Formats: sequence, structure tokens, C-alpha cells
Amino acid sequence: MLSPSPLLNIEGLNVAYRVAGQDLPVLREISLEVLPGQTVGLVGESGSGKSTLALTVMRQLAANGVVTGGRVEFDGKGLLELTENEMRVVWGRELAFVPQNPATALNPAMRVGEQLAEALRLYGAGRAAAEARSRELLEQVRLAEPRRVARSYPHQLSGGMQQRVMIALALSGQPRLLVLDEPTTALDVTTEASVLDLLREQVGQRESSVLYVTHNLGVVATLSDRVAVLYAGELAEDAPTEDLFRQPLHPYTRGLLDSVPRLGQRKEQRPLQGIPGQVPRLRDFPNACVFAPRCPLAIELCWKERPLLDAPTPERRVRCHRWPEIMAGEVSAHRGEVKPIQRAKQEVRRVLNVEDLKVDYPLPSPFLQTLVCKSPRAVHAVREVSVGVSSGQTLGVVGESGSGKSSLARSVIGLAERSSGRVELLGIELPARLSRRSREMLSHLQMVFQNPEEALNPYLTVAESLTRPLIRLRGLSTNEARQQVPDLLAAVRLPADYAQRFPGQLSGGEKQRVAIARAFASGPELLLADEPVSALDVSVQANILNLLAELQVERQTAMLLIAHDIAVVGYLADQIVVMYLGEFMQVSPAEAIFDAPYHPYTEALLSSVPPPDPFVEQKKIRLEGELPSAIDLPGGCPFHTRCPRFLGDICAQQTPPWRETGDGKRIFCHIPVEELVQAQEPVLRFDGKRRTQR
Amino acid sequence: MRGQRFFACAARLFRHPMHAVGTLVFVMFLFMAILGSLLAPYEANEQIVADARQGPSFVHWFGVDHLGRDVFSRVVLGTADIFALAGTGTLLAVAIGTSLGLLSGYRGGWFDEILMRFFDSLLAMPAMLLALMLLGTLGPSRRSVFLVIVVVYIPIVARVVRSVVLSVKTRAYVEAARVQGESPARILFREILPAVLPTLAVEAALRFSYAIFLASSLGFLGVGVQPPSPDWGLMVNEARDSVSQTPWALYFPAGAISLLVISVNLLADGLKQAFQVEIEY
Repeated sequence: MLSPSPLLNIEGLNVAYRVAGQDLPVLREISLEVLPGQTVGLVGESGSGKSTLALTVMRQLAANGVVTGGRVEFDGKGLLELTENEMRVVWGRELAFVPQNPATALNPAMRVGEQLAEALRLYGAGRAAAEARSRELLEQVRLAEPRRVARSYPHQLSGGMQQRVMIALALSGQPRLLVLDEPTTALDVTTEASVLDLLREQVGQRESSVLYVTHNLGVVATLSDRVAVLYAGELAEDAPTEDLFRQPLHPYTRGLLDSVPRLGQRKEQRPLQGIPGQVPRLRDFPNACVFAPRCPLAIELCWKERPLLDAPTPERRVRCHRWPEIMAGEVSAHRGEVKPIQRAKQEVRRVLNVEDLKVDYPLPSPFLQTLVCKSPRAVHAVREVSVGVSSGQTLGVVGESGSGKSSLARSVIGLAERSSGRVELLGIELPARLSRRSREMLSHLQMVFQNPEEALNPYLTVAESLTRPLIRLRGLSTNEARQQVPDLLAAVRLPADYAQRFPGQLSGGEKQRVAIARAFASGPELLLADEPVSALDVSVQANILNLLAELQVERQTAMLLIAHDIAVVGYLADQIVVMYLGEFMQVSPAEAIFDAPYHPYTEALLSSVPPPDPFVEQKKIRLEGELPSAIDLPGGCPFHTRCPRFLGDICAQQTPPWRETGDGKRIFCHIPVEELVQAQEPVLRFDGKRRTQR
Repeated sequence: MRGQRFFACAARLFRHPMHAVGTLVFVMFLFMAILGSLLAPYEANEQIVADARQGPSFVHWFGVDHLGRDVFSRVVLGTADIFALAGTGTLLAVAIGTSLGLLSGYRGGWFDEILMRFFDSLLAMPAMLLALMLLGTLGPSRRSVFLVIVVVYIPIVARVVRSVVLSVKTRAYVEAARVQGESPARILFREILPAVLPTLAVEAALRFSYAIFLASSLGFLGVGVQPPSPDWGLMVNEARDSVSQTPWALYFPAGAISLLVISVNLLADGLKQAFQVEIEY
């Protein structure tokens, strides 16, 4: 069969950024094809050059970006040779772009409908036709009440709605190629799932081609026909999705796949294997394989000679010296046998006990209201929840943004003040205020923060940062504290000479390691980890998760792990709490979370996460509507406004009971367990065939 | 390591030619201020009656005013005065303003509310009007001008510092310090202050240039430093009546004011860029 000629054809593309008179190569000899109607996923970690590639195709490269070689052909004509005026005809009608952050891409001073109509008029529609068509488009992207949306300004819409508007804008010119740059990264999983559905449906209808840039292997596995893997500005591998996930030929692809926790993967069964080291900096590209320093299969040849882009089969492309051996199964890039991380010994003692904890953030109230003594309105972040953690155990808290999971952690550690309820640490009640807590209490409770870039004071050396908790909380002298620094660094697998470095000289993963070392320095009984890996690249993420688990086992520390990623929580935690609008929906042992019966919200959450495996079959449950306001909370069950299994008045009016299931779960729902068991089937199923959503 | 950073920062000041010029001119004035009495050929109030009203020459570089005083010597000797007055005034305003801004931004609540509303009411008045009101009560003298600079600039510095503190205090490393039981003083000065310093240095330089302006303006209006001090503003005022006969007595001190103000402004600009690069790396 003759393959159709490609719609987009990139050949030997080289792009550099000119910084201070020097050319830093960002992309090196990229060759890639997108056939008509095909969706190509472009995966890579930060610094791989994937966004630069997307922008080069769109001819929207930053001012200091220069194409230093190669061609980009769109439908047979060279895109790079067109003038800006000629591009005007191509933009929107041939090529359209959806950026990562819709909030900055939409004009904040213009109604959404006008922005759409403006684009349509540019494509030649009359005023009335443009207006009618813009409403039609808003309807097509499944926005409820398209008339109201058309009259809204962007800030009046939620992130998910804004991204739908962006997609409508991109589709408005009927482009033949859509370039999407991480369009769902800023969204919550349940919103992401419905935006991905929408994309798949619209693209399928129009038979347009898609170049989808993302770091998320799950999204790629769900959406794309082909996957191209970028590493340090080079194309490592390019293959049909099934082939790539079944048998990756590049060790980097293998490493990526082994780094991502699958839904249901647990530390004590199949530990994650991160990739050691970090992406090389732009300046020091070796004339060798760029991946050699991090590759488990690197041989002498890899250090001496740059591998060529080979074609193992007519469909696949790979840039590795050793692909024939990998393909034949003679060698494997699996990193040996990683020792499974043991589970902590059975409950020793209760470390943290939270009872009826409530966190409200009062809103500034108008002066008049204060005068008439009306009680001020408040954001109800956490509403009377009770939970406990024992030593050596991990309690995972999952929820989307606005669920109150961070407020829960922050009120436990004292960074947010609780409004009522009790928090006990080792049987002693903790005051709500941080300043009222004794040093001993502080030393037993430490925290790892989300963003490693902000976790360390940039003006202090690593040693200075690490000695502070020793001096303040363990009462050591400066000299004694300094002697402990090498041990602390060794515990987080960092060389001792890092002590004299400033945070600016460390990579993101290294900063997070230092932050973890600092949190463990005072010997805490309970560690709070608030999204400890969400700001890190996947290859680094795995190493940090394993480090946390290992340190926890060594020190029998209890851990409260907050994350939005249910796979991460499922990997590390022993017990999992699912939160929604400040309340617990379900409490369950970690191993049971992926098995039915579930709380309807958990069910929706599990079916929204795109699994990084195209062979997992996933049930499709989507949530309608938006998250209700945390100021005026819905009565009855907080989830009733969006629940796919809504029963009727009882859900809207009465607080649901806690129901116990056979496998140790507790579910906060009006539906009796027996009925849930009957109605629900497992969300995820593995059967070796390419995923079709049920 | 810290030293290296400082030199890298200083080197960046000279990358842009305008910033380099500003810095060099400022350093020149600084030398004049320190070595003033060695450089000046005459005393500030020494009257060479025979040479009165003489134009610029090799003997009297900037000419002689109507009272027979050497303008060059007076400009040079006035540098030390203006540096002492505007410089120390700015320093004190920056020290107090920074402390108040740090405290107000970090503590928040009613303390912040009251302080900021009070500062708002001060800032609502034009600086010159506020200065004239204060001088009206205190009486014109060098000390009063100093106080005026301090009072007028405290609210401005405090506001700038507070706004930076508000964004820095929610950073994870500040929260980590709180969780580690660090004292408020340490959090304010070791954790938060360093992040404020780049902005503060730029602001201080700007304040200094405006303080020179304010002091000179007050001198010119006759409500600031009193005669016979070699104050630049005062010199401009004194030369005003005889500008047709001795224009040099007016132009040289006026030129000194603008040159110093411009150089300090360029320096502030350079500092801003130097620090910005530092933050990005």
C-alpha cells in the first residue's frame, strides 16, 4: 500500500536560540511526518525542545530563535520560506495553535463571542453569519449555554471552559493541522478528560491532523496514532503508539515508561525506576549519543559516535546504536532488578489524630455588614473531617484543585489556622497557631513543599539551609550541626560537596532532595508532603517518590501525602482518602482503591486519568458542570450537583451516611453498598488490545 | 563565593555604556565629596573682592560670583554637603522605611492596615507641600531639611518594601522557616530581606536622587539650608538676581544638580538590570 504524502513534513530541522551572541542549539536534525488525519504525539521532558518544535512549525519562534538548517513542508510547500503576509493566509485556515494557558491567550478585554466572530470575519464571513457560526462553534465544543458564554469575558469562565473556547477558536478556520502545546496540563483530571474527549471527537469528524505536544505519556497513549519522543533536542524515537508502548527501542523511552506509575502500581510490588542524572544543558552537546551519560546500556561506541536515525521497520525510527540488540531481546534497558520497597511494619502507634477539623478562610466583609454584626462569609476549605496516621504509614489524600487537600495539610502543620476541631500529635493536642507550638511539636512535624524552585532560600547555601532545623529544633551548636550535613546529604543520595552550593546551582530534582533532607533533619514523626513531585519531570519524579518511601521505611516516619495524581498516591500510600469540596468522599486501603465498589466521585476520577498504557481498557464516566463554589456550598451530599449516580431529593437534602464495604473501604454515599456493587464494574481492565473507551 | 557574586554584579553595571557613564560620574562626585577641601582652591566663603564677577578662567574655572567667591570651590565643597544631607537623610529613611515595610507586610492585620492608611494620607500630599508645611513648623535649617527628607521618604520606601514582602512571604522557603520555628526577626532579615534587597537598592538610589532634588529645591526657595552655606540650590537662588552679569554663578551649580541627579538615576537603572540578571540565573 502506498502511504499518502505527508501533510506536515519536517526534515533535518535545526533550531538555535541566540543568547549573548552565542547560538545555543535547541533542536538538532529533527525529522518528522504527520499524515493527513493522523494524530502525532510529541513527548519530552522540560528542555527537550518540544515546545520550540511546535512554535517553529507555527512560525511563532521567539525573537532570538533562528532556524539554522532543515525544512518544514506543509502540503508540499516550504513553510519557513513564507513571508509574514503569506503566513496570514496559512494561520487559522491551514494551521491552528492551541497554547497551554488559555487565560493568557484570550483577550481579557473582549467578549468571547466577539473574539470568535472576529476570527470568522477574518476568514471571510459576514457579520451576521460570523455571529451565528460562533454560537454554533461554542455549542460544538460542548459549552452549556453557548449564548451566555458568548457574552462572557474570559475571566468569567473556568479554565476548562476557556480551553474549550480556545479549541473553538482554533477550529473556526477549519484548519488542516492543529498544533496543541500541552492544552490540558493546567486543567484538573476530570476536566482534562472531557477536553480530550472533545478533541478526539472534533478531530475525528473533520479528519484534521494533529501535532500534540505534551509531557504526559497517558495523554499520548489515549489520543495519538504515532508517538515521537524528544530528548535534549533530538528525536530519540518515533513509532506507532502500540509499538512504542509494547516494545520501546530507545533506552530513554524505556526509562520514561518505567518512571511513570501506572494506576494500581505499588511500591512493594513493582517499584518505579527513574532515570539517573539530568537532561544535558544546551551548551555542552557532545559529539556522541546525548543520552549516553544516563543510559544503562551505554557502551564505548555510544561515547564516541553520534548514532544515526535508523529505521528498524518501515514504520519506526530510532536514534540508538544498540536498537538491533534491544529489538532482538538480547539486552534490555530495564534497570536490573530494583528491590521492592517494603511496606512499613504493622501499625506501631498512632502519630496523628485529626478530629472534626474545619478550616474556613473568612472573606473581607463590607463595612456595613460588620456594623450590623452579620457573620462574615467564608470559603469553607475543609469541613469537619477526621482521620489518623500511624507511624511508618502513609496516608494519601487525593483531590482536584479546590478540594481542600492542601488546606488540610496546612492546618495540620499550622500554616493555616483551623477554625475548629482537634489535631493531636502523639496524643498531645496541637494549638491551631504555629507560634503557640513548642519546639518539640515543631520538630516532630515537618513538610516538603510543592515547588522545589521556591523551597530553598536562594541566598543561603545548601549547608546553611540544612543546619537551621538542627540548630533551632534539635538544639545543636552551629559546629555540631555542620558535621551532620554530609550525613543528611548522603541520606538523600547527594554528594557531600553540594553543601557549599547555592540553590541556583542545583537542578529541580536536586533542590527537592535538599528540601527532603531538611524536612527529615529534625527527626520528624510525621512528614507532610504537599504535591512533592508535581513540579518535576517524570524521570526525576520516580526517584523522588522512591527516596521518600525508602527514608520513611528507614525512619518509621508517618507521612501525609497530598497529590492530585491518583497514580502517585496509589503507588506510595497505604491508605487513601478522596476529597471533594472539603469533605472526604471515600477512605480506603490503597490496594483496594482501584477495585469496585467505589464512591461515584472516585469512579469518575479513576475513569478520567489517562493511563500511560494504550492496552488498558477504561470505562468512560464524565462529570457534568463546574465545581460548586466553596462559599455557598450545596446542601446534602456535596457531590450531588455533578454526580452521575444522583438518586434524587435525598442526595440534595440529606447528609449521606458512611457505608462500609467488604474490602475495607468506607464510602460517603446514599447508595447502599450492595447496589453500588451491582451497578459498578471495574473502571480499568487490561486485555492487551488497544484501548477503546467503554 | 558571595564575593564572586558581588563582582559579577558590579561588572554587569558596566555592560551598558549609559550605566557605565552614570556610575563613573557618580563616583567622581563621590570623590569630590570626600576630598572636597583638598580639591577646592579657595575656602567656600573666601571673598576675592578684586576678582568679583570674573568669568571662567584658568584661575577661577567656574568664574567668580558677585560677592567675589570662587564658584568652582563652592560647587566642590557643596558636594560634601549635599551628600551628607541627602545621603544620610535617604539612608535613615530607607532604614526606617524598610523595617516598617518588612513588619507591616509580614504581620499584616490591623497593624498593616493602620500604618498603610497613615502613609496613604501622607502620600496624598505633594512632597513639596508636605516639606514646606514641615519647614514652616520646624523653621528653616539644615536639620529640618534632613528631617523633611526622612519623613517624606519613609512612606514611599515602606510601601515598596511591603509590596515585595507580600509576594515573598508566601514562598515555600519562608514557610519552611516558620515551620522550623525560626524567630520572626530571623525570618524578616535572613529569609525575606535578601529577596527585597535588589528592589530596595534601586529604590534607595532613586530616593537619593530625589532627595538631592528636594534639598536643592528647598535651598533655592530659601526655606532650606541657610546662607552662607555652599548649598547648590541656595547658590542658584543667590545668583538669580545677577544672572545677566554672572550667569556662571547660576549655571554651574544648577548643572551640578542635574548631572548628579542624572548620574544617580542611571546608576539606579544599571543596578536594576544587574540585579535582574542575578535573579534570573
